[in-house]
Formats: sequence, C-alpha cells, structure tokens
Amino acid sequence: MDLFADNLPAYLSGFWTTLRLTVLSGAFALVAGVVLAAMRVSPVAALRGIAVTFVEVLRNTPLTLVFFFLVFVAPQFGVLPPLGFWTAVIALSAYTSAFVCEAVRSGINGVPVGQAEAARAIGLTFGQTLTLVVLPQAVRSVVPPIINVLIALAKNTSVAAGFAVVELLGAGRRIALANPSEAMLALAGVGVFYLVITIPAGVLAGMLERKVAFAR
Amino acid sequence: MSSVLYDAPGPVARRRERIGSVVGALLIVALLALAFRYAEGRGLFGADRWDVLYDPPKNQSAEDVWRSMVVRGLGATLRAAVVAAPLALVLGLLLAMWRTTRIGWLRAPATVVIELFRGLPVLLMMLFALLGFGWDAFAAVVFGLTVYNMAIIAEILRAGLASLPKGQTEAAYAIGLSRAQTLLLVQLPQAVRTMLPSLIAQMVVLLKDSSLGFIVGYPELLKAMQNNAQYFGQKYYVALFVMGAGIYLVVNIALTRLAVWLQGRSARTAGRAAADPTLVTMTTGGPGSHAAGGAV
Repeated sequence: MDLFADNLPAYLSGFWTTLRLTVLSGAFALVAGVVLAAMRVSPVAALRGIAVTFVEVLRNTPLTLVFFFLVFVAPQFGVLPPLGFWTAVIALSAYTSAFVCEAVRSGINGVPVGQAEAARAIGLTFGQTLTLVVLPQAVRSVVPPIINVLIALAKNTSVAAGFAVVELLGAGRRIALANPSEAMLALAGVGVFYLVITIPAGVLAGMLERKVAFAR
Repeated sequence: MSSVLYDAPGPVARRRERIGSVVGALLIVALLALAFRYAEGRGLFGADRWDVLYDPPKNQSAEDVWRSMVVRGLGATLRAAVVAAPLALVLGLLLAMWRTTRIGWLRAPATVVIELFRGLPVLLMMLFALLGFGWDAFAAVVFGLTVYNMAIIAEILRAGLASLPKGQTEAAYAIGLSRAQTLLLVQLPQAVRTMLPSLIAQMVVLLKDSSLGFIVGYPELLKAMQNNAQYFGQKYYVALFVMGAGIYLVVNIALTRLAVWLQGRSARTAGRAAADPTLVTMTTGGPGSHAAGGAV
C-alpha cells in the first residue's frame, strides 16, 4: 500500500489529465459527429460524399495510426501540431467523431418514418424536419450508444501515453518502471481508476437503454 | 430513411441540388488543389520523397523496403491478430456459456471477469503482461488482445443467445436433450450465425488494436514505418505513411465488406426460411392463390 500512498499525486494528476482528455475530446467529437451525421443524411451529394469518406476512413484506421500521422507525418507537411495534450485531443476527437456519427445516424434511422413524413406534410423543410422533429426523438435512442462510444473514448485516451502525454496510463507506466518489483500492483492501481470511469458509465448506459426500450 | 427526410425533388429543387452538388464538388476540388499546391511547394511530390517505394537510397532495393513493410510489418500485425483471434473466440465462447449457466452464484465470477476486462484499456492489459508478468512484446500484445476481446465476444454471444426464440430451447428440452446438448447443438449454432457480422466487426477491432503493439515495442506495421523513416530519413514519412495506412485500409475494409455481405446473406436466407409458413397460411384461405407460387 506504500506504493499507492507514495505515488498518489502522480496517479491523481494522471487521472486528471485522462479526465480532461476525455471531456474535451468527447465534447468536440459530439459536435463534429452530429454535424457529420447531418451531412450523411443531407440532400447534397457532395456533403454526403465527404462525410461517408471521412467516417469510413477513420473507422477502418487504428487510433494509433491517427496519432502517428499527427506526431510524425504532419510535420512533413509543415503543419506542426501543438505537441502533447492538444495533439491527443485532436486525434481522439477526429477518431471518436466517426463513431458518434454512426451512432447518431442509426438513431435517426430508428425514428419511425411517419414522423418525418408528417413533418414534411405540414410543410417543414429538411433543416426543420431534422432539427425540430427527427433529432429530438433520435436523441432518446442515441444516448445509450453514445455513452458506449464515450466509454471507448475514455479507454482510448490511454493511447496518448504512447505519444508523450503523461495521462493515467503514462503515469502508471512510470510508477511501474520505477518500482519493478511492484509493477503489477502499480498497473492494477491504474486499472482501478479506469474502472471508476467505465463501470458507472456502463451501468448508466444500460439503465437508459432499458428505459428507452420501455418507452418504445 | 434519408429520402423520407426531404421531398422527392421537383425540377427546381433538382436544379438547386445539382448546383449545390457542383458547387460543393468544386469547393472540394479547389481545397484539394490548394492543398496539393501547398504540398508541392514544399516538395512533397518530388521523386526524392517517394523513391523509397521503388528505388530507395543507401544501396537498398525496393524489394527490401516492401518486404520490411508488408512481410515483416504487416506479417507481425497479422501474426498477433491470428494468434489472438481464435484464443479470444474460444475463451469468449467459454465465458458466454459460463455467464449463462442457470446457477446464479456460479454466474457471478464470469460477470466480474467480463465487466473487468471490458472496462479496461487494451493497452493497460498489454503493459500489465509486459511489465507485470515480464513477458516479451509479442506475448504481451497477444495477451492484451485476447483478454479484452474474449470479454467482448462473450457479451456478443450472450446477446445472440438471448435473441433466440424461446421455442428453440423448449423444443430441444422436449425431445430430451440435456442442458449442455441444448446449448451446444441448438442454441450456440444459431447464436453464432446471427451474431456473425458483429463477430467479424470485432475481428476488425482486434486487428486495429494490434497496432497498439507499436507502443509496447512490438515490431508491427507502424514500427516498420517508423524504422524505415528513421533509416532512410524523415522526409520519407509521407510516402511510408501513405503505404502503411493504405495497407490498413485495404485489409480492414475487406473484412468490413465481408461482414456486410454475410449480414445481407443471412438476412436473405433467414427471411426466406421464416417467411415460408406465414406465406402458406396467408395464401391458403385467400383468393390470390397464385401468390403461393413465391413460397414454393
């Protein structure tokens, strides 16, 4: 237990970085993902094309490769991403937005067809139909899968540890390397912090899912 | 659905849409052209940036570069995935069976294992094996991939088992099959079949996650890219990245397409099988008996 007492500040600062990464990237990804989803169902073919390409490429690329691009390849284009924290935020937001887009899109598809038909019948435009009728209803069924996407994001922040961000996992790795005999314990401590985020969020998602399922 | 969101376009809307699409496409082309000009200005398209792919410097042959990327890099990536995937499938199957036993207190440990490994980052489990157990990088990567994906696969299979009609189990018990026989001969084959697309999607995730080996020091595709760039020079990062990313996209999109195709196929065959009896009952009494021709 000395290990934890001695290294508590390192754990906590790592946990704080992980939380900030998760919240910031989550916020950016939610906004970008909703915009992408709207583009994917829009009448303008060019917008659909961009959104589909972006989403398909990012969903089929490992997150590590996105980080790799920003850290090693982007400088070759003369683009110098701010190192460390904000690089991680950019990579995580871009990657996660593709999954948010898919979740929102399936939520839009889940709204009964009659709703959109009725909205159009009273003369609403595409934008009005989407923002006033379809999206508010889609939000209900979209929330549980979005929470799951955000849980995955919280776990994905650990990839930043490989690219010079000392978040929770990076802190844990330092502690483990400094105390090789207690490496397992040090990493188990890291695991507890992740579970503090992921398990309550998972329970919340499950509860909301049941609630939504009841209503439909 | 997307077509329900807006009217079938009339002549005016069609014209507007066409103009919008053309303007959008032009904007994209313009942006791309700007990016290209910018990149060209930085000499990114010069042969000296790309010759690593066909005529590399330092007395190396193109074959060496390609071999280091495709055979050793992609090979190592695939090797980790190919070892981890069957392990995760088998262990996930066992966990799913354990998780659905009818004795309540026996289920608890399986639930704990699944929730635990689902809630932890794959990278943490790789580091755990690497630093905690002191395993080598390959074993650590395989461990991380296996442990995480077996939990996910167990959940997928459990969802598949739960989605089966109750009659299947009841019928199996009625003809005298034991609990184990029911599970193995009746429930699981159907659960695996309905869940096949999800299982393949999870294999794509597994393959993608094998790139985390880059961080724990396993020499996979990303590491091969970095090694080549460090050996030949930083300026080759773009060419090598295009190649590496292309390899990932080709492999993963092929797997995803396979999943989509399987989904369509199983939906078609399952739909036909399910439709048969209803079609017959619906058409026996009705006057339109020629419709029964579809069911034969």
